[in-house]
Amino acid sequence: MSRRARLWLLAPALAGTMALVVWGFTGLADFGHFQGAYGNLLAKVAVPERKATDIVVSTTFDYRGFDTLGEEMILFTAVLGLVVLLRELRGEQEEEEEAHDDQEGHAGREHRTSDALRIFGFGMVGPTVVLGVYIVTHGTLTPGGGFQGGVVLATALLVVYLAGRYAAMRKVSPLPLLEAGEATGAMAYGLIGLGGLIIAGMYMKNFIDPGTKGSLLSGGFIPLLNIAVGLEVAGAFSLAFQEFLDQTILLRGDGGSE
Amino acid sequence: MIEAFQIVALVLVAASGTAVVLVRDPLRQAVVVSFYGSLLAGLFFAFQAPDVALSQIVIGSVGVPLMLLMAIAKVRKRELERERDE
Repeated sequence: MSRRARLWLLAPALAGTMALVVWGFTGLADFGHFQGAYGNLLAKVAVPERKATDIVVSTTFDYRGFDTLGEEMILFTAVLGLVVLLRELRGEQEEEEEAHDDQEGHAGREHRTSDALRIFGFGMVGPTVVLGVYIVTHGTLTPGGGFQGGVVLATALLVVYLAGRYAAMRKVSPLPLLEAGEATGAMAYGLIGLGGLIIAGMYMKNFIDPGTKGSLLSGGFIPLLNIAVGLEVAGAFSLAFQEFLDQTILLRGDGGSE
Repeated sequence: MIEAFQIVALVLVAASGTAVVLVRDPLRQAVVVSFYGSLLAGLFFAFQAPDVALSQIVIGSVGVPLMLLMAIAKVRKRELERERDE
């Protein structure tokens, strides 16, 4: 199809979409005047009922906890699929020269980073891990929670890679532990939900005393779910980063046959 | 005050989003998209969604550009090897 014909095809589609968008916008509530009944209800009852001050977290992990179970499984299966797809394929082998160099402590074709970057980067690892753990555990009180904290935790591994060398990252990255952490987190979420079925008679029902508003352990089982999700997300993202880095740095394809 | 912050955030996101499209080299685009991701996090924060902003900071400014960079590196490496073989 020629460029001209494509543009002619695009024009009515674009005009139609534009008209729909404008029409849709005219029916919206005024800016800042939310009118969803469900949202307003939650904003009113969430804090007195669950004692968790972050309503977003008590919505995702308690009122809509079952939805989050599905979302967690999406991430779990996505990363599982990634790991299966990117496993060492026939025709790819880890480059021996580099693997050898890594053990000697020399960088083969890798670039060495400057001392300043290295010191800054390794200095960042500790604070990044602490920040991640903080965001995971304080999800019931302040913005954050399992997902956000988990992603921050996963970047700690990336900081090691950026600051040092790939070999250093391979050394500190506990691959079996990451896989176990991801699976444990995913399973723990489902099991905590099962606890609701056994103790409170309904799957995913909050079965732990919500405690007092503003304390670290308020919100019943929400902190537990946050930790489960934090573990799962941290493991999943680190695994994904690791697999992609392996693909880019270690593996050599035999050219076009993949 | 908050409105001013929101307007600034909207304008910055619009400008950086356009910049991502206008930069044609994928390698530079990966860097620009990282700026765009950080600004988008500011936008979420300005519109009172700090939970979303937190994940956006990491995913938008680190995760997505990193995936792009690694994909570009992989493609270039293969091109280099093909040239070497010929």
